[in-house]
Amino acid sequence: MSKKVTSEKYKKTLSHKLETWFYGTEDVYVNRVEMKPQREFLESEETIQTRENEKQKLLKNIYDVSNNKELNLFEKSYKLFCVFFCCVVIFTLLVAVSYMPTFGDSNNPVHNEVSERYIESGMQETGAVNIVTGMILDYRAFDTLGESHVLFVATCTVLILLRDDKKKLVEKRKTRLYEDKILQTVAKVLVPPVLIFGIYVVLAGHLGPGGGFSGGAIIGAALILYSNAFGFEKTNKFFNANTYKWTSFCALATYSVSKCYSFYTGANHIHSIIPLGIPGHLISSGLILVLNICVGVVVTGTMYTFYVMFRKGGY
Amino acid sequence: MTNMIMYILLIFLVICALAVSFSKNLLNSILIYMSYSLIISVIWVLLESPDLAITEAAVGAGVTSLLFFATLKKIQAIVKTDKKEELDHE
Repeated sequence: MSKKVTSEKYKKTLSHKLETWFYGTEDVYVNRVEMKPQREFLESEETIQTRENEKQKLLKNIYDVSNNKELNLFEKSYKLFCVFFCCVVIFTLLVAVSYMPTFGDSNNPVHNEVSERYIESGMQETGAVNIVTGMILDYRAFDTLGESHVLFVATCTVLILLRDDKKKLVEKRKTRLYEDKILQTVAKVLVPPVLIFGIYVVLAGHLGPGGGFSGGAIIGAALILYSNAFGFEKTNKFFNANTYKWTSFCALATYSVSKCYSFYTGANHIHSIIPLGIPGHLISSGLILVLNICVGVVVTGTMYTFYVMFRKGGY
Repeated sequence: MTNMIMYILLIFLVICALAVSFSKNLLNSILIYMSYSLIISVIWVLLESPDLAITEAAVGAGVTSLLFFATLKKIQAIVKTDKKEELDHE
């Protein structure tokens, strides 16, 4: 049997406190802590002058190079040691480099059974003509997953550090765009081919040089050029914070889900159900094409978001 | 022939690397850094790794230097040229 308690009685109980704390209906600091709005730091001219005077006095008394012999000696020897240290570092690095194996020699320790395996049976096992892509998105897909997550975390950090509050953003948006005829014409001509080239590099990552990272960087650069020429309002129509959130979430989720079968089994030679297709065709090599697109989407969002945060502090 | 080109590019690389640290204008050093990335991407092509070359050209010469420009603007290191432009417009 539960008994009904009046609302006044209920307010004194612990469960009411827990409820208010959980839903955040009550501000804990109000009426308990003395709060003052932050004021801008302003210094009067007198204090500046006294500070400068004290600095001058300090320089005169302590760093008196002409009379203080120890300091004089120290400064000279400091410069000498700097040069000496630089020379030693350069010399040791050059000696270390001279002991390295020569470039492209067949007896180098790099050419062991691992690279032999990749070169000999890489195409049959992954279905990718480009061995590098087959390596980073099939044999070592776990590394690439970590890399794309690192990019996502980096963007989150930049968002935390550089994001402005809404009031400032509105003021910044009002500043007019410096319209440059040359830049706008060049951007009109250049942006579509660059975008198409970026998409090509992403899609043909398993057929030739390229891949998700480089293609995504190219697409991001094209977006940055477009926003520079025509202002952020135009790019905001198709790329804002929501778009970034959902595209990168979908890409990372797709990557993780589509590769988790081998992550969880530790890649124990489990036979993949996805057909590899004929090497050399666009739709082939199993999951590599999908993973390339995912990485490309993440990198595009990262590059563009970095730029927007640095320039404006918000979408 | 390829060896000759390689040596010329490597010498340019060293010159660029020194010039970045010795140039007094921050804007100039970013431009030199861009050219450094472009040279190294050509070197990647000569070393037969086009994957890296594409990435280096896009990230090193493109996006990184753009971020540097944005940072310079944010810390108001290229304010002087802006003022000049305003004066010219008036």
